[in-house]
Amino acid sequence: MLQKAYPLIGRTLIAPHTHSFSIDCPDMAALARPGQFVHVRLPGFLLRRPISVCQITQDGLRIVVEERGAGTEEMARLGSGDLIDLLGPLGNGFLTEAPHRRAVLVGGGIGTPPLLPLAEHYHKAEVFLGFRSADRAILTEDFEAAGATVTLATEDGSAGHHGYVTEPLEQHLARHGADVLYACGPEPMLKAVQALAAKYHVTAYLSLEARMACGVGACLGCAVPILTAEGVVYRHVCKDGPVFPAEEVVL
Amino acid sequence: MKVDMRVNIAGVTFKNPVITASGCYGFGGDYTDFYPLSRLGGVCLKGTTLEPRQGNPPPRIAETPMGMLNSVGLQNPGGHAFVTEELPRLTGCGTVLIANAAGSSIESYVGLVELLEGTAIDMIELNISCPNVKEGGMAFGATCEGAARVVRAVRGRTTKPLMVKLSPNVTDIVSIAKACEAEGADAISLINTLLGMRIDIKTRRPVLNQVMGGLSGPAVFPVALRMVWQVAGAVSVPVVGLGGIEKWQDAVEMMMAGAAAVQVGTASFYDVYAPVRIIEGMEAYLEREGFGAASQLTGIARK
Ligand SMILES: Cc1cc2nc3c(=O)[nH]c(=O)nc-3n(C[C@H](O)[C@H](O)[C@H](O)COP(=O)(O)OP(=O)(O)OC[C@H]3O[C@@H](n4cnc5c(N)ncnc54)[C@H](O)[C@@H]3O)c2cc1C
Ligand SMILES: Cc1cc2nc3c(=O)[nH]c(=O)nc-3n(C[C@H](O)[C@H](O)[C@H](O)COP(=O)(O)O)c2cc1C
Ligand code: FES
Repeated sequence: MLQKAYPLIGRTLIAPHTHSFSIDCPDMAALARPGQFVHVRLPGFLLRRPISVCQITQDGLRIVVEERGAGTEEMARLGSGDLIDLLGPLGNGFLTEAPHRRAVLVGGGIGTPPLLPLAEHYHKAEVFLGFRSADRAILTEDFEAAGATVTLATEDGSAGHHGYVTEPLEQHLARHGADVLYACGPEPMLKAVQALAAKYHVTAYLSLEARMACGVGACLGCAVPILTAEGVVYRHVCKDGPVFPAEEVVL
Repeated sequence: MKVDMRVNIAGVTFKNPVITASGCYGFGGDYTDFYPLSRLGGVCLKGTTLEPRQGNPPPRIAETPMGMLNSVGLQNPGGHAFVTEELPRLTGCGTVLIANAAGSSIESYVGLVELLEGTAIDMIELNISCPNVKEGGMAFGATCEGAARVVRAVRGRTTKPLMVKLSPNVTDIVSIAKACEAEGADAISLINTLLGMRIDIKTRRPVLNQVMGGLSGPAVFPVALRMVWQVAGAVSVPVVGLGGIEKWQDAVEMMMAGAAAVQVGTASFYDVYAPVRIIEGMEAYLEREGFGAASQLTGIARK
């Protein structure tokens, strides 16, 4: 874990209110694993904002941020050359299997970015991405460039499948099955994915969100209910997660 | 000349006056990537109860201007796991270890402090001020009689130095501090969090599942400072000041108001190095200003 202010190399608008940032942080990138996150300090805000690692290179990290409130709006004002104060990498990231295994990745909206490193890990990942509309779709080319097959769904039908991403996902699982599945996105989507993984007997992992203070396990703020041998207990997204086995998640 | 940063509270020597606050530092293991625990004057460990507690349902965190609310609700593994699993990890850590003892009844406070006898714990901070639990906690800290009852019961059952942590959610904190002193408290720490709330105007619901939570961070500093000033002027036992301290200037102010030492909580959430920066900044200040010892700051503004 490191805490430092790093130079931003660039910010690109990749969809309305959605920005991709490249950060010059080779030391933090050397520690980072897929599924982990960084905790971003912004001027004028007390609490840091948790943001997933979207790409890990030798030179640094890429993160993708959607403006959701005052903090992420402030982040959107940062530009090339500005410093960004990061604490990370945090969390455990995804458990991965051998690259030739048949992996399915399911992303909903701004839940998509953390899945990209998995598409780079697995040789031929099947990726299912859901967005509100065509103009909101992000990272589809990045997934394809990583060798994945992308199936797109939009709620308004402006691109790909008209409806929820879990519909083409179910067709795929019914026809081909999968060895392992990873999902990140809004809660209703995670709930549907959890049910599908159980129905088709696929090992699945869900990446969860929670409001955070410390990000390192010290404050116990980011509790989520998790099913264990001792019944349902609170675990912490920052330290025990953000990724949990799907069958243990209580949604 | 090198400044003597040591302070003595209830017979315990702290290598410097900066202690991490309970509930903001886990059981001491979460920040060791950044600096060793031995840099700190002391560590107040996460609030512990005799029996394990699940804590409150999420959301437990809300942001506020210059502060935050929490409604963690004393989630902890219970006294037995604290002693057998958490404390052994801290052996030889080179700092003063303070257990933050909470309870829902007199018996549960007493049971817990009895478990702590004979352990490596250097001091007990009696938490009669947690605003996030339904029974006990702040209920004891809200009246002189309640505070006196717990302190009396616990005092008789522990040989460890006893510090009592007070709630700011009271009308007369001075009389509560005096009641604790009269029952044998060796030190007083204050303040715990101030009760507050927020509503999300998008969902039209309170942000916190429990509706209300404890306010901490820089927003509470002036309130904490005022209460430390009042209490330090009324009791003769040492006072440990906390609430919103984020930089060395705040710590110096708190000591000038009468605190023998300070605790740092929320600041670590946004700057993991905050406690260390405060120690270094205070030391440089004392040297610059020609102080021989950190303890000379205590109460200097009252003279
Ligand atoms: C592990 C993890 C990874 C994430 N990865 C990304 C990502 O890659 N890209 C991205 O755009 N967003 C991501 N998020 C969500 C992002 O953290 C929130 O959108 C952001 O904190 C909102 O801050 P705000 O000030 O704009 O909103 P406000 O609503 O003003 O924030 C108020 C407070 O609530 C917290 N908060 C609000 N919404 C969320 C949320 N959904 N999750 C956690 N805390 C929240 C804020 O951190 C802040 O403390 C992630 C969240 C988590 C927990
Ligand atoms: C997330 C969180 C958890 C806390 N848990 C405890 C606790 O278990 N016991 C306790 O005595 N105080 C607890 N506190 C209160 C702090 O120790 C401290 O009194 C308060 O936060 C004010 O100091 P600060 O502004 O420096 O954080 C907690 C505070 C926070 C923010
Ligand atoms: S955010 Fe503090 S424990 Fe997870």
